[in-house]
Amino acid sequence: MVDLVYFQLLSAALFVIGLYGVMARRSAVLIVMSIELMLNAVNINLIAAASHLDGTGKFANFDGQLIAIFIITVAAAEVGLALAIILRMFRNRSTVNVDEINMMRW
Amino acid sequence: MAWFIFILLAVLTIGGALGVVVTRNVVHAALALLVSLIAVAGVYLVLFAEFLALVQVLIYGGAIIIVLLFAIMLTRSSDYPRVTDNKQWPLAALASLAFLGVLAPSFIINSVEGTEAQNASFTGIGESLFTTWAVPFEIASLVLLVALIGAIIIARSDDGEEQG
Repeated sequence: MVDLVYFQLLSAALFVIGLYGVMARRSAVLIVMSIELMLNAVNINLIAAASHLDGTGKFANFDGQLIAIFIITVAAAEVGLALAIILRMFRNRSTVNVDEINMMRW
Repeated sequence: MAWFIFILLAVLTIGGALGVVVTRNVVHAALALLVSLIAVAGVYLVLFAEFLALVQVLIYGGAIIIVLLFAIMLTRSSDYPRVTDNKQWPLAALASLAFLGVLAPSFIINSVEGTEAQNASFTGIGESLFTTWAVPFEIASLVLLVALIGAIIIARSDDGEEQG
């Protein structure tokens, strides 16, 4: 069977790719997509730990899976709000380039 | 066999994720994200988390990709074939690789040997959700409601008419 550490390495790689996307992309939509990648990396980590770490031989609890469900819920809410904010931004400034959205810069 | 499936799914996940952060076309990025998210659902199946795989396909593969495609179309992001990366992308790559250099060794050093993915009973998730996690479950519904109302209020135009 596949050990826990390989799932954790997959999760780390996915998180780092999402981090790069958040830092390097300019379009707000692409930044939201990269955030989704990072949330998925966290979910893989949680679910892998929940189904591997047990010790007693029988399945102990479902906390990891349930936290992952809540993360998916919050991610859905976040994407809906992000769409609204991006639409508002596009209507006011005619761009989704985050380098040009600097009206809150001091 | 589990190894073969895991490596296949890992390659699809990482490949899709790289497609999201590398491609110039925003619509292609959304489709690459779809590939990555469905592969993640497969990883959940390898981990015996069938319910999570179902939820992943329904919410991410269905709802979130559709919402992102709506955002792309309504903002006409695909009409601008311009440079989509910042000037600081080499710095971003360097910082990300440095973070991976911290994260991966810490996982490897603290790895637990000889563990196996356990098969979880499907009913146990429901029991746990409505007993131990009942209060967070109710709060999650409230969060969704508030997010929906907030999204409507933010996206609505000032004169009360939808302009799309």
